[in-house]
Amino acid sequence: MIRLYDYPMSGNCYKVRPLAAFLGIELALIPVDFYPGRAHRDAAFLAINPLGQIPVLEDGDLRLRDAQAILVYLAAKYDGTRTWYPSHPETMGKIGMWLAFAERITATASAARLHDAMQYDFDIERCRAEAHAALQILDEHLWFAEAGGAAWIATNDHPTIADIACFPYIMLSEEGGISREDYPAIRRWTDRVKGIKGFITMPGIFPR
Amino acid sequence: MNATARDPVICNDWHPVAGCIDLPIGRVHSTVLLDTPIAVARRDEQTYLVWLDPEHRCRHHMPLDAAIIGPTLPATLRYGHLWTSIDEPRHPLFSLPEADEAGRRPCHPGSIGVHTGGLRAIENFLDLAHFPFVHTGILGAEPYTEVLDYTVTINDANEVVATECRFVQPQAALNATGAAEIHYIYRVPRPYTAILYKTCPLQPERFDVIALFVQPVTETRCIAHQWICILDSSSSEAALRQFQLTIFGQDKPILENHREKRLPLDPRAEMPVRADATSSAYRRWLAGLGVRYGTISASQQ
Ligand SMILES: N[C@@H](CCC(=O)N[C@@H](CS)C(=O)NCC(=O)O)C(=O)O
Ligand SMILES: [Fe+2]
Repeated sequence: MIRLYDYPMSGNCYKVRPLAAFLGIELALIPVDFYPGRAHRDAAFLAINPLGQIPVLEDGDLRLRDAQAILVYLAAKYDGTRTWYPSHPETMGKIGMWLAFAERITATASAARLHDAMQYDFDIERCRAEAHAALQILDEHLWFAEAGGAAWIATNDHPTIADIACFPYIMLSEEGGISREDYPAIRRWTDRVKGIKGFITMPGIFPR
Repeated sequence: MNATARDPVICNDWHPVAGCIDLPIGRVHSTVLLDTPIAVARRDEQTYLVWLDPEHRCRHHMPLDAAIIGPTLPATLRYGHLWTSIDEPRHPLFSLPEADEAGRRPCHPGSIGVHTGGLRAIENFLDLAHFPFVHTGILGAEPYTEVLDYTVTINDANEVVATECRFVQPQAALNATGAAEIHYIYRVPRPYTAILYKTCPLQPERFDVIALFVQPVTETRCIAHQWICILDSSSSEAALRQFQLTIFGQDKPILENHREKRLPLDPRAEMPVRADATSSAYRRWLAGLGVRYGTISASQQ
C-alpha cells in the first residue's frame, strides 16, 4: 500500500489525503509526532527526509517529499482520466506556477498559524502581511477567472492539483489571525472546493 | 494589566505555562500569562524556573543564561506541566488522584494557542451536545444527538461536578473497537481547569482521565494544554497524541468563531442557544467566585 508520513493537523499532509480520496487510492498513514514530539527532527525521520519536513510519500521503491511533488506524482500516475493534472503543456505550466504559489501560502499563512497555535518564534506581523498580499493576488486571479467562465485556479471546468495545493492553508488562515473577509472570490472558490464529490476534511476545516 | 488588577481570584491561582515535553534542559520558553510576559526554563532534571520578563528580552528557545533570569515566580511541576502564579497562590494545586494510580499512562498531547478567552475553551470542553456535529464519527454520530438528563452539583471542595452523563460514541478512544455508550463525569476544580472521566473502552468499569488545563494569555487569547491519564498500554505515544489533537483541532474553529471572546456571566446572555446545565452551573459558579478575568458581567454588557 502507498504510505504517507502524516500529521493530522498539518495542512501540507492534508493536501495528499483528498486527492487520494478523489482517485480512490487507499493510503497507509504513518503518524509522525510533529508537535509536541518534534519527531520530524529525529535522526530516524531525517533519514527519510533530510529536510525534516512532512509529508513524505512512499510507493514501492519511490520516496517523495513535498506535498506539491506528491500531488503531481499521484495525479500523473493514478488518474486515468488525467483531469487532475492534464497533459496539456499550457495547463501544466499554469499548474506549476500555482503549485509554487501554494508554497508561498505555506511560508506565510501556515507560518502565522504555527506562531499562534504552536508557539513558533516567527515575526507574526510580517507573516500576516505577506499572507494577505498572497491572498490578494489569488482573489484577483479568481475574480478574473470567474468573469471569464473559469471555476478553478488553472482550468475552467474540472479542479486540478493546483486547487488542492492552495486550499488547506487558505482555509486555516483564521487560525493564524488572517481574515478572509476581504476576499470574496476566494470564499466562493473554497465553497466550490468543498463541493467536489468525495471531499474530505481535516481538523479545522468543516464540510460545506 | 487592568483586567488582572481587578481579579485577585485568578491572579492568586496556579496556572499552567508549559508542558514538560516543551521544556528541553537549558533552553528558554517564552510565554505570556495574564497579560504578563514570563519566561520558563528547565535548568536540570529537577529544577524548573519561572520568571517575569517585562521587557520581553527572552526569546523562545534561547540558551538559559543566569543574566537573563528576572524576578522569579513560584514553580510547581505536576500533571505533566509546569504551574506558576503571578501573585501569591492562596491554596495548593487542585488534586487529581488518578495521576498517581498504578497502570495509568500519562501523556501530554500538546499545547495549542487559541484565539479565544480560556473560559470559552473550558465551557466547550464541558459540552456534550456538540459531539455528533463537531466530532462526527469519533465522539458522536447521528442519530444519537440527544443529551440525556444528568446531574450537576457543587461538591465539598467547591468544584462543579456533572455526573450520570451518557453518550453513544463511535470511537470513544483510540483503543475503542466500535460504538458504545460511554459514561462521563466532569469536574471543574478551578475556573481555567476541567477534567473529565469517561468509560475506558477495554475496562468498562474504569475511567480514562482527560484534562484541559488552560493558560489565560490575555482575556481573549489562551493556550489549551491537554493532559490525559488513561488505561491504554498498547497505543503508540504519537498515535495517542494525534487522536487527542485531532479532536481538539475540530473544536478550535468553533472556539475561535465566538464573536465575544470573553464569557458572559449574565444568565440572560446567550442562554437561548446554549441551554446546557453544566454550562449554566459553570457560569453561576464563576460569578459566585467573583471571577472577572475573561468574563463579561451583567453591568459590562
Ligand atoms: N514544501 C513542503 C513543506 C512542508 C512543510 O512545511 N511541512 C511542515 C509541516 S506542515 C514541516 O514539516 N515543517 C517542519 C520544518 O519545516 O521544520 C511541502 O509542501 O510538503
Ligand atoms: Fe469538542
